Amino acid sequence: MAKIEFTLNNKIISIDEHPNRRLLDVLRDQLLQTGVKEGCGEGECGACAVLLNGEIVNSCMVPLGNVLHKEIITIEGYRETKQYQVLKEAYSIEGAVQCGFCTPGMMIASEALLRKNPHPSDKEIRDGISGNLCRCTGYNMIIKAIKRASEEGEGLW
Amino acid sequence: MKDISKSINKVDNEEKISGKAKYVSDYYDVDYLYAKTVRSIHPKAIIKHIDKPDLPEGYYYVDYRDIPGKNFVKIIFEDMPVFAEKEVNYVGEPIMLIVGKDKEVIQDIERNIKIDYEVLTPVFAYKDSAVHYHFHKGDAKQAFRDYDQIIKYDYDTGYQEQLYIEPQGMLGTIDGDKVTLIGSIQCPYYVKNAVISILDTSENNVRVKQATVGGAFGGKEEFPSLTACQLAVALKKINKPIKLIYDREEDIEVTTKRHPSKITLQAAIKNQKIAGLRCHVRLDGGAYIGLSGVVLSRALIASTGVYTIDHLEVNGDVYSTNTVPNGAFRGFGAPQMLFAIEMFMNHIAKDLKIDPLAFRFEYLAKQHDQTSTQGTFRDPIMMTELIHKAMEMSSYIEKVKAYQDENIYKGIGMSFVLHGCGFTGSGEATHINAKVKLKKDDQEKVHILIAAVDMGQGVKTTMKKIVAQILEIPLDDIVFNHPDTDFVPDSGPTVASRTIMIVGGLVARAALSLKKQWTIGEEVVVDEHYQQPEYIKWDEEHFIGDAYPAYSWGVNVVEVEVSKVTYEVTIVGSWSTYDVGKAIDERIILGQADGGHLQGLGFGYLEVMNHKNGHIEQKNVTDYIIPTSVDTPMMETVLIDNPYPLGPYGAKGAGELPLVGGAPAVALAIEQAINHKVHSVPVTPEKMMEMILNGKN
Ligand code: FES
Ligand code: FES
Repeated sequence: MAKIEFTLNNKIISIDEHPNRRLLDVLRDQLLQTGVKEGCGEGECGACAVLLNGEIVNSCMVPLGNVLHKEIITIEGYRETKQYQVLKEAYSIEGAVQCGFCTPGMMIASEALLRKNPHPSDKEIRDGISGNLCRCTGYNMIIKAIKRASEEGEGLW
Repeated sequence: MKDISKSINKVDNEEKISGKAKYVSDYYDVDYLYAKTVRSIHPKAIIKHIDKPDLPEGYYYVDYRDIPGKNFVKIIFEDMPVFAEKEVNYVGEPIMLIVGKDKEVIQDIERNIKIDYEVLTPVFAYKDSAVHYHFHKGDAKQAFRDYDQIIKYDYDTGYQEQLYIEPQGMLGTIDGDKVTLIGSIQCPYYVKNAVISILDTSENNVRVKQATVGGAFGGKEEFPSLTACQLAVALKKINKPIKLIYDREEDIEVTTKRHPSKITLQAAIKNQKIAGLRCHVRLDGGAYIGLSGVVLSRALIASTGVYTIDHLEVNGDVYSTNTVPNGAFRGFGAPQMLFAIEMFMNHIAKDLKIDPLAFRFEYLAKQHDQTSTQGTFRDPIMMTELIHKAMEMSSYIEKVKAYQDENIYKGIGMSFVLHGCGFTGSGEATHINAKVKLKKDDQEKVHILIAAVDMGQGVKTTMKKIVAQILEIPLDDIVFNHPDTDFVPDSGPTVASRTIMIVGGLVARAALSLKKQWTIGEEVVVDEHYQQPEYIKWDEEHFIGDAYPAYSWGVNVVEVEVSKVTYEVTIVGSWSTYDVGKAIDERIILGQADGGHLQGLGFGYLEVMNHKNGHIEQKNVTDYIIPTSVDTPMMETVLIDNPYPLGPYGAKGAGELPLVGGAPAVALAIEQAINHKVHSVPVTPEKMMEMILNGKN
């Protein structure tokens, strides 16, 4: 057990926990960030993606100890932003959501991509979300959504 | 009136994108205990003795001795136990649950359980037939007496795992005699009936609710009945809320998959024509039959694909093996069969040195033709339009020519498919008899009360659209919550591409009568139930008659490039055309088209799963590869309207159709690229290398 302090969605959190616990479990079981999903538990599906100091990580692969004094954004925090609104609209219009289980992770991946590259090509989008599995949509509509967001959100990223 | 196909914002977009939608693992409303399953490590063995450590306070074992009813999962046959008693028949078969507060303590307990087995010799070969079906049409015997030539090939297909991104999960609470189960499920009433049976209790004592479902594809059709039964037994014993959530490995290893198959097709050829066809489908059922017989019958009925063959003899078997039971997966036997028949039609043409396209055109089923089971294709068939459109979109003819050269390693393939909508045979009328209810409350809100589950296919949106359009009221005045068996009647399972056509049709009828009875300020309730159209007759024993009330049709064209060095396949393009009657929401159908087709492509070239001595070898997402965004081509889809008179607004089934043609289309494309006949999917680089080394074509 150790006291671990970090920022979650702009709020400072301090918890007593074993530093080896998976960040995913702490986020879900203790901090009730249930928008963060567990799809595989081995870093392969991206359903558990969060932003850690602005970079996308799979929270199932991150030990809690690694987030000490760092900043985490989950879908619960991200949904308060302007960028989220633009992406949400684009996902809706393009039909990018079916069962929705991959969606929060996809949204985080979309944000991480657009931050680095506000005007990605189709190929760059494919690469950008290649760590996130979706079994429902066949990806095309997600790719179109990200493209649309990059156009409609001109200047935001 | 506006065109119902015009897409709208799906009603659950907001909650899903924001992460607010509640999936089964997201319930933290009360303190749930966790349950973990102790499983067999042998494919076949007798349990001689179980040595269990003493439990700490607040921890429990739950096994067959705790079951109040009969120890089997109520599906069709009484063959699969909820907990193994004396023997185990596959690796991963559940023996008992350990239930308690702390997952780590549970793991510790599990490690200290010693099970003493007497290991027996397992069966993996296709030798013990558990289900056998046979039917024929015309006089195939005669055709096989008087022929110029017999052409015969064997085809085989592998396992396919649904790999919904949300693993299986169920949770339960108990209040007095009443158990409530909330799960990631497709069929609330399957679960309810199974639990009633295992608890040997009355209907009122079991309530089943759907949580938001994170993908299912058939994988959450019958399997959740097993976890629900286990949980219900545990609830009765322990009397506290319990969660049973699988992790990915457990999910892949022990849940139902698509049946591996071996299909033999034989054609008697006379004057360059098919005089008769013989088909034998063999499915690996796994350790328990479950739905395998129903899967087999769908496969057999699809034995002639989109073609009319006058003289036909069909046999099918499900074999019991000591492997994980196989079950429902989008397409339900049809993907295996359509792969085989599409390849076979091409292979016959090649052997006869006839242009395959012209050859296939000759046999295309037309309206009023007899189906494989001597039923009738009653409605107009628009295959010719679908094919021409797909060929034009993909520049099929040009590319077939351009890729003829053996050294190019590019290819294009085209599959023609159909899918019977709704339950096979008399299922809708005799087994299901769907009921639906609409209720208008005194606040003028209309509640859709049906057991259909939105698992991503958009039924919340499409059902609301149907009701809104008929009643001419805004979508916001319609309520459609996740089904809860305490409130909704049994409108049947969410399977078999039946939800919109059958249940939606009933909902539309109910909406029409509600419109007539509408009284402002008063509650009005309308019920409807399924009635089989008079002209549909089905002889279940002999497979004679109309196996389905209607069929959806499709064409898939796939273009590939194969690496000359590694034989890795790149899908360059994909073009599809479908007749699903009428799309209730165009974008939703296009989404089904993309997602379903990609699963079909995965089945055809990428998704490899095997077992070794009954142990599934690919147990996680690293080893079991499904397509990622990088593997996926842009997919172009065109829908052609062909309204079905009995479907709501003309809609037929759409969920499974796009998957069915994926494997043959990609396999035919690869066949052209490597210039070798393909007989087996997935067509992996290893298989290609072998074919090329063997040199036979
Ligand atoms: S759950 Fe973390 S990557 Fe899949
Ligand atoms: S929408 Fe279901 S996994 Fe992506």
